[in-house]
Amino acid sequence: MIWYIIVGVVVILIIAFVVTYNGLVRLRNQVKNAWAQIDVQLKRRHDLIPNLIETVKGYMKYERETLEAITKARNLAQQAASSGPAVRAKAETELSSALARLLAVVENYPDLKANQNFLALQEELTSTENKISFSRQYYNDSVLSYNNKTQMFPSNMVASMTGFKASEFFEVSVAGEREAPKVSFT
Amino acid sequence: MLLLVGYFLGLYFFGSGIGGLIIALVVWGVMSLFAFFQGDNILLALSRAKKISRDDHPRLYNVVEEMKIASGLEKMPDIYIIDDPALNAFATGRDPNRAAVAITSGLLQKLNRDELQGVIGHEISHIKNRDVLLMAITAVLLGTIVILAWYATRILFFSGMAGNRRSSSSGGGSGQIVILVLAIVLVVLAPIMAQLIYFAISRKREYLADASSALYTRYPEGLASALEKLAASTSQLKSANKATAPMYIINPFRKKGMSASDLTSTHPPISERIRILRSMAGGASFVDYDQAYRQVHKTSRRIVPASAMATGAIGLRAAGLEVTEKEPDEIQRARETSDLLWRRSDYKTITCDCGTKLRVPPGFKASSIRCPHCGRINPI
Repeated sequence: MIWYIIVGVVVILIIAFVVTYNGLVRLRNQVKNAWAQIDVQLKRRHDLIPNLIETVKGYMKYERETLEAITKARNLAQQAASSGPAVRAKAETELSSALARLLAVVENYPDLKANQNFLALQEELTSTENKISFSRQYYNDSVLSYNNKTQMFPSNMVASMTGFKASEFFEVSVAGEREAPKVSFT
Repeated sequence: MLLLVGYFLGLYFFGSGIGGLIIALVVWGVMSLFAFFQGDNILLALSRAKKISRDDHPRLYNVVEEMKIASGLEKMPDIYIIDDPALNAFATGRDPNRAAVAITSGLLQKLNRDELQGVIGHEISHIKNRDVLLMAITAVLLGTIVILAWYATRILFFSGMAGNRRSSSSGGGSGQIVILVLAIVLVVLAPIMAQLIYFAISRKREYLADASSALYTRYPEGLASALEKLAASTSQLKSANKATAPMYIINPFRKKGMSASDLTSTHPPISERIRILRSMAGGASFVDYDQAYRQVHKTSRRIVPASAMATGAIGLRAAGLEVTEKEPDEIQRARETSDLLWRRSDYKTITCDCGTKLRVPPGFKASSIRCPHCGRINPI
């Protein structure tokens, strides 16, 4: 009788271990996949920028600094592409705010606002910005549930035994992103 | 319920519950298999939806892709457009990898980007939560019960006289009468119960989809103001029917001034959905939606399953990530949408130098066309 109980307990423990382990793997893959999504969208934005600058250049004679700032921010962001979330987030935030400045001054150029090519690019850019923030949102949600699982009892025991480590959030300094671009119409 | 009905019918007619049970299972199996494999195609064909690609309407495509990313869906759903001035949208597809969202042209031109995002978020969450499958199975179950019950009443009625003579000659029919009464009660009640359960499930999934949309977009106001526009319109969708009703974002058959506690509707009242979304002051998570729901309903009942509420606090975002005034206005959106519909019906569009748009029908043979506005000759 006692042997049956021992065997039963062992079997239950093994099943619990397997289930927890599989859950951890699933969440880790979800985090990886979400990270890949962010990567795709960030690359897409980097690819859009030369096109944008080419289109805008002819119209914006007096915005050289703004355009240069974007090119510079883009190059920095591309260099940071192989680093971890924290470094990358910082470089991409710079790029975001440089782009926001450009789109804000577009208001002063009615010709540009009527350009079909520019309108299409603007839609792409807007959407890419949205996609970046949505993929970041999904990534952070995934990281949260993954980290919870690696740190909470009892799954943390399985996690530490099999080497699951907590992931890093992709955080953007709130002030930089949320701040609406200041435009003065004078 | 279905099995119970089948069991008692079988018990009465075949002397064993198993026969009826098997018949019920077979009928149900065939119907759900059919719904499972063909449901989405039928639905799309019934509503005369046309599939569109990225180039047809970049904004719509982008918004769908944004919501796909936000929800963590693996595959991009197909996008369909229904040429109808009524305002509505629906999602379909038996699993998240084979899904589609459809939107009427009327809705597409009425909504701005944030509102469109809210609506698409609602539809995508139907896909993500597998509501389409759930509702299809529930609908098939309901239909089967109604059919079985209908047949059963007829059979009971006609075999009643024959059965009477037999039972009086054999003498002891009291056990059979009990079963007969039970069967009749079930036959009468089952369809009603099934219908009510179906409506209750449908309404609950609508609330859940609203909550998910708020969670994905982090902006409940978008969906709220979209619903407001939907509520204000009076035109009914021509191509909708009773079976496809729960798939739409609002009930396509709704009448004005539907009472708030209506048990026989597939959708909760729009005004109530708007009020809940607008009372989500604290954040965009399920917990916040749940709190708003309880505040509006003044109950302690939860609407979102507790298992889904494990996430932490989630903040709201401000309107539009971009400066909103740069968005196309309603006239522009209407032009975009009509261009798209013309193109979808194989019309060519030529813009004349005077700014007039010439629509060339698909069977047009000549190599040039004269602009009726300014008289210029335009090559095709």
